[in-house]
Amino acid sequence: MKAVMKKNRFLAALYQYRVAYVYIAPFFILFTIFNLFPMAYGFFLSFFRWDGLSAMHFNGLNNYINLFKDVLFWKALRNTLFIGIIAHIPILLGGLVLAYILNSKLVKGQNIFKTIYFMPMVTSSVAITIIFQNLFGFNYGLINWFLSLFGEAPINWLGGDGSLIKVAVIVMFAWKWVGWNMVIYLAGMQGISNDIYEAAAIDGANHTQIVFRILIPLLKPIILFTLIQSTIGMFNLFTEPFVLTGSSWTGGTNNGGLTLMIYLLNKAPQGGTLYGYASAVAYVITIMIVIISVFLNTVMADKDPMGGGKKKGRRNRA
Amino acid sequence: MKTLLLIIAIAAVVLIILARTGAVGKKVALYVILLMIAFIMLLPFYMMFVMSTLKTNEIYSFPPILTFGSNLAENFKNMTAAVNLPRAFLNSCIVTFCYVILVLFFCSIGGYAFSVYDFPGKNLLFAILLGTMMIPATASMIPWFIMMSKFGWINDYKALIIPSCANAFGIFWMRQYCQNNVPKALMEAARIDGCSEWTIFFHVIAPILKPAYASLGIMNFVNQWNEFTQALLILRKEKYYTLPLLLRSMVSDRGNDYGAIMLASTCAVLPLLIAFLSASKFFMDGLTAGAVKE
Repeated sequence: MKAVMKKNRFLAALYQYRVAYVYIAPFFILFTIFNLFPMAYGFFLSFFRWDGLSAMHFNGLNNYINLFKDVLFWKALRNTLFIGIIAHIPILLGGLVLAYILNSKLVKGQNIFKTIYFMPMVTSSVAITIIFQNLFGFNYGLINWFLSLFGEAPINWLGGDGSLIKVAVIVMFAWKWVGWNMVIYLAGMQGISNDIYEAAAIDGANHTQIVFRILIPLLKPIILFTLIQSTIGMFNLFTEPFVLTGSSWTGGTNNGGLTLMIYLLNKAPQGGTLYGYASAVAYVITIMIVIISVFLNTVMADKDPMGGGKKKGRRNRA
Repeated sequence: MKTLLLIIAIAAVVLIILARTGAVGKKVALYVILLMIAFIMLLPFYMMFVMSTLKTNEIYSFPPILTFGSNLAENFKNMTAAVNLPRAFLNSCIVTFCYVILVLFFCSIGGYAFSVYDFPGKNLLFAILLGTMMIPATASMIPWFIMMSKFGWINDYKALIIPSCANAFGIFWMRQYCQNNVPKALMEAARIDGCSEWTIFFHVIAPILKPAYASLGIMNFVNQWNEFTQALLILRKEKYYTLPLLLRSMVSDRGNDYGAIMLASTCAVLPLLIAFLSASKFFMDGLTAGAVKE
């Protein structure tokens, strides 16, 4: 009897709040159909050989084994990691330094500089890549012309043995993202109250100490956020190398610009119809993203001299 | 490389010495750094504008021409002959506006529901929602494409609009805003006045949410306007191309009329760039809102 009443009360509550369920239903329905189901299906598919039309063949772990045996996969992974790791130096350091300069009271025109640095973020990657393709041109590009002013021989950035395509991608990546990071870091720095600097200065901390002992630790959650974002961006890096190499599905000369995403889409659906194999690649990429995100989270969370909870609160209030 | 590196090193040393000479020197050094980077950021844009006024053989000349030419009209004629830019512009508008409107609608009602109603299972459902944000979309990419082709959504904008229009981040973002800005007393008052829950949302709550709509709208607008990978997979026919796809097809499929290509790039980039420059603070706040406020 009691159970029935309880059940009725529960149903009554569900009915009373039916509006709320209707409001949140679209997300859960769409997510189930377009994300959850495909994700599960992709895992299932990664153990099969399937061309999208004929019958599926169970393939066991062969997709994964072949993947790890494929020289091109390792090349794509190396390229992606190389581009990602090197490009992080300018966007992290550059972003921090520029934000620090703009945050100091010495310079004016903060908004003008911010606006200029942020411009690439609202610009289509394809258009950016087309311009850079021209700037990196062998016999006519602006960059080789600039180098020639210093007596350098022209460099074949996009051709040659293909190894410099990565450099071009890194330059573009850094050019595009430094402003984004800078604006985020600047917002974080402006959220730190002046009292903290003053207190530190009274305690006799010098400039370097203030930067490394106070500013950087306080910005850590924001830095972590940008790092995880750009890590995901790195693994999904596709447009820039793809357009830069003239829509090459193999990453240009010697696969110099082959990234994981180009490799994946070249297996299916664009280049070929190896749907099972491509699903396996997608899963491997996903697992790498998760591992790196977790790793960054633990590494950044460990050393925390100021107490994580407090500083979060301070930043959010600001 | 040696001379170049040497010059860079000397410049760096000069800047450091300058910064050490006192307040004025420091100021000058900082401005030099800022202006140099600003120059590097602006240069590609400037070159794009310049090249869209040059003849193709002038673009390929060495040393590069750095000032505006006189071939704009000719490039425009070639461009309109080669591609249907207004059509691509319209396509981009259709995809982006439909997407943004749906995102704003679904995310605001979802976020609002999570914020003001205490329905059974709320905490669990919200935890699930947050959890979904941690999963990278890469895992579902291939089956997503298979699904779209089974639905017959290849060459259909629905494939770009529907799947992600009620996204977890937007709901989370709207919930945060509602919690800080929607007074429950207001809802109670409206309820006593006999408003239905729908009316309360659309007439009382939605106007309060305007700033949140603006940020979320900008964020999604810019991303969707510049979206490339998904569009490349879905839109196979030229009449459906959005602007990024059209630009790519001009470079890779049509040979090398670079003057026309640069002009098309300029036309594709300019609307959003002008909007950005005229309301840059608004754009920057909107685009980085998710990052700064968590």
